[in-house]
Amino acid sequence: MTALTAPLAALGATVLAILATTGRITLFAADAVSHILRPPFYTRALLIQLVQIGWLSLPVVGLTALFTGGALALQIYAGGARFSAEEVVPSIVAIGMARELGPVLGGLMVAARVASSIAAEIGTMKVTEQIDALVTLSTNPMKYLTVPRILAATLAMPVLVGVGDAIGIMGGYLVGINRLDFNAAAYLRNTVDFLEFWDVGSGLVKGAVFGFLVALMGCYHGMNSGRGAEGVGAATKAAVVSASVLILAANYLLTELFFAA
Amino acid sequence: MIRFDDVHKSFGTNHVLRGVDLDVARGTSMVIIGGSGTGKSVALKCVLGLVTPDSGRITVDGSDDDRDAFLSRFGMLFQGGALFDSLPVWQNVAFRLMRNQSKDAARDIAIAKLRRVGLKPDVADRFPADLSGGMQKRVGLARAIAAEPEIIFFDEPTTGLDPIMAGVINDLIREIVTEMGATTITITHDMTSVRTIADNVAMLHDGRIQWTGPIADLDHSGDPYVDQFIHGRADGPIEAVR
Repeated sequence: MTALTAPLAALGATVLAILATTGRITLFAADAVSHILRPPFYTRALLIQLVQIGWLSLPVVGLTALFTGGALALQIYAGGARFSAEEVVPSIVAIGMARELGPVLGGLMVAARVASSIAAEIGTMKVTEQIDALVTLSTNPMKYLTVPRILAATLAMPVLVGVGDAIGIMGGYLVGINRLDFNAAAYLRNTVDFLEFWDVGSGLVKGAVFGFLVALMGCYHGMNSGRGAEGVGAATKAAVVSASVLILAANYLLTELFFAA
Repeated sequence: MIRFDDVHKSFGTNHVLRGVDLDVARGTSMVIIGGSGTGKSVALKCVLGLVTPDSGRITVDGSDDDRDAFLSRFGMLFQGGALFDSLPVWQNVAFRLMRNQSKDAARDIAIAKLRRVGLKPDVADRFPADLSGGMQKRVGLARAIAAEPEIIFFDEPTTGLDPIMAGVINDLIREIVTEMGATTITITHDMTSVRTIADNVAMLHDGRIQWTGPIADLDHSGDPYVDQFIHGRADGPIEAVR
């Protein structure tokens, strides 16, 4: 191979590898979704995952939203002051949290917490032959491990986003009335008057999509983990990175779909 | 009962199985011996459907088309135990039983099986991480026999155990196999296990069955590969990497 063609060959190999991985993930997702609809259903495993993914993620999502809402209020006030438009703080905080920052930051925090945890748990199960053991006990690992996690994340994320939106708006409210001298009643009225149903609804739909992606990446990389501690570590890292990138890409596509003129 | 017919399996350029032919008769205990990396585990995984052979056929009772039916009458002890570390011991043992029995009934059976492998009932509520290697092996054995399977596989049952505990596990396996009348395949390097557990022995070398015969013939097989392996000699037809 000449020095001229070697870079092209490397580029081609990379593109082929990306396409192959995309295909494998798509098939994995299709397989998982098909199993959601077919018995047996592991209800107890689903409830455990709802607690693990939903309930236990509340603190990190809530804190992220609280500080983001507060910082957003300060930024919008500072920016709005340039145009004598400080009064837009409540409505922009609410719209910004509900449409973008609530779902995206919530999704990224859940990706860091949940995708890593799922990939490490399933990856460890793989390298210690626990997944093979499931098969020998007539249990489909896709149904027992993947479906409850994907379903739980898809159901829990909109709830987390909704709670995060409310806490983020509250963060903006606290900063608004304590630091920026807004009237409390006027702040709340501005928030409620300007916020439309689809501002919140679009964020919840985004949350469901992000939850699906987070659990899908965790399960896919866990199930395809390499051997030993290094393999599990690599799977965990890949799960978090791919989930985060997919969340940002999906967010753009969904925003384009929902709000493009 | 279990038949390998010219089974081949490669991983990339690594030809692990190069035409395995083997018959395991109903109610007998077959032990497969062979060096590390000779394909023993791959052969077992091919039976289970965890690995798909490139060519050849593996049949159970003459059929190879209903893996779910096969697995429903099957139990396995894994090399590392492969216990589910998120579940307490009794739920590990009763994992399959809980699908069609009440929780209490499944727990009672799990405790009976734990007693059968020499563990006290107070172990039932502990988690696998709290147990020693020997106790984990016993729990794995209890799980393998919990549903009273017709076919049981043992993958390196004594690896990582001290000689006394290894002897206890070997004796337990032999007793359980005899009283259940199960058909079993064991893979091991441990010659004490071979002599305790086996009715028949097969030696896998270079991806093929090098020799097979009853345990009584093992010491005078006339096969230089078998002789070198069972006596642990560095010199012989099997290349020993130093």
